[in-house]
Amino acid sequence: MSASLEQRSLGAASGTRWTAGTAVTVAVVAALALVPLYTTLTGNAFLLTLFTRVVILAIGAVSLNLIMGYGGMVSFGHAAYLGIGGYAVGILAKEGFGSGYVQWPVAVAASALYALVVGALSLRTRGVYFIMITLAFAQMIYYVAIGLDRYGGDDGLTIYQRSTFGGILDLNNKTVFYYVCFAILLAGIYLVARIVNSRFGLVIQGSRANERRMRAIGFPTFRYKLVCFVIAGALCGLAGALLANHTNFISPAMMHWTRSGDLIVMVVLGGLGTLFGPLIGAVVFLLLEEGLSRLTEYPDLILGPILLCVAIYAHGGIEGLLRGGRRD
Amino acid sequence: MTEPLLRVDRLTKRFGGVVPADAITLTIAPGEVHAVIGPNGAGKTTLIGLLSGEIPPQQGRIHFDGVDITQLPVYRRSRLGLARSFQITSLLAGFTALDNVALAVQAHRGHSFRFWRDARREQRLRDPALAALDRVGLADRAGVRVERLSHGEHRQLEIAMALATQPRLLLLDEPMAGMGPDESAQMVRMLQKLKGDITIMLVEHDMEAVFALADRLTVLVYGRIIASGDPVAVREDAGVRQAYLGEKDSGQGARHG
Repeated sequence: MSASLEQRSLGAASGTRWTAGTAVTVAVVAALALVPLYTTLTGNAFLLTLFTRVVILAIGAVSLNLIMGYGGMVSFGHAAYLGIGGYAVGILAKEGFGSGYVQWPVAVAASALYALVVGALSLRTRGVYFIMITLAFAQMIYYVAIGLDRYGGDDGLTIYQRSTFGGILDLNNKTVFYYVCFAILLAGIYLVARIVNSRFGLVIQGSRANERRMRAIGFPTFRYKLVCFVIAGALCGLAGALLANHTNFISPAMMHWTRSGDLIVMVVLGGLGTLFGPLIGAVVFLLLEEGLSRLTEYPDLILGPILLCVAIYAHGGIEGLLRGGRRD
Repeated sequence: MTEPLLRVDRLTKRFGGVVPADAITLTIAPGEVHAVIGPNGAGKTTLIGLLSGEIPPQQGRIHFDGVDITQLPVYRRSRLGLARSFQITSLLAGFTALDNVALAVQAHRGHSFRFWRDARREQRLRDPALAALDRVGLADRAGVRVERLSHGEHRQLEIAMALATQPRLLLLDEPMAGMGPDESAQMVRMLQKLKGDITIMLVEHDMEAVFALADRLTVLVYGRIIASGDPVAVREDAGVRQAYLGEKDSGQGARHG
């Protein structure tokens, strides 16, 4: 564990250099930017749907990476924000509030509020207790959603109208919707890049490295971690709003605990505490999942060992491998 | 008699049957170097934990510069000017030496709810940090990550981080721990330069260092103060010789435990 801690913080100390990692990152981002062009030319609509999902879940992974990779807060309930953001959109749509100007801010605010409550309680603990409390809260929200009979309960709820933006954006156009998601993803990564190098971000990373020392030199670490937790929750709530628009459907399954696990896997696979790691992790994980499920009935049988190898041999994830895999 | 900077009244901490702090009463005057010695398990590190706020006492009060700080959390005490170093090196892994010290500066230069600007480009954080590194002789190692520094450099960085918070009272927990004779001597010279500027409470096993630096000396045994006063007088104290210094020649060599 300590080796991975050190590896992770390479990003904290060293500047960005042009490496294989940078090249791959640029290639992935460029490829994602061109997906709609490719699908228009080939008429492969499925691919656009798949990559829209990849981009949306990548936003969730970027958000989780902020607290888990940079802040050392391993949240095992991050899918709850996808659910809260999604349900905010779905519930408002059913009640006749179709405007995205209402739905999306509510999705973000509701997720932030939930993060504030969960964080205020869970951040008083650490390690495995923190993991268990975030999981317990997410399970609670999951069962609350099942209990919402008016909004479909266990079966979920169909959303008949995507969020409207007064004629400026037509989210029913799949290309427009894809680029909206992609723009939010890039903005999210940029936001994280600014945050982690700011005063606030250094306090967060310092608290991961050695919280006791941070308190001793005069930081009230709890409140900084809590604000970080809320920022991450808000961003993932926005991803939830996008996900509901993408599938035109919400259900408790959005926030099943295995979905929280998937997000963790994406972040670890891509590289904890690296800016583009979560994006690469999301792309690789979801494409592998998709590809393997076509090859075999048991994709996890192959996915599992791959993840195991990454966990054992590549502490910095794919990002770390590409950077040269230095382990000192 | 000037008002003491630190006044500790009957401070008590029990862990089950162990009493690492048994009604400790002591004062530290502004500007003095006050050494605390005692055998292993005497409660020296517990005392630093109590004073810095990491360990809550069961009884007793702590006044710092006339303010009752007994109930204040660690970071508030740091804001008031109380800094500590750690016996077991406690640094921010993954960061450079300069980053470590700059964070200590940052903690005392306004709040850190600033999310946008690159903190590593704030000269008002970097300059004082570099000055603190220079003070301990680490300026040329500023850009080196903590993992690549030697043990002796870790110990120096410990002090630099504490200094960067501009403390009025510095609690040093065995700053020479694990150091060779040369490094120890260097550390003593560095602390001698600080003497007068900053009030220091020095917990140390290295008797040579203690007698080179201390204005006053307190001997702690099983959580109790058995002697306190002028270092030479305390050394000659019969009770101290028996309880702690024993047959060992107190004037020579470094002992670590």
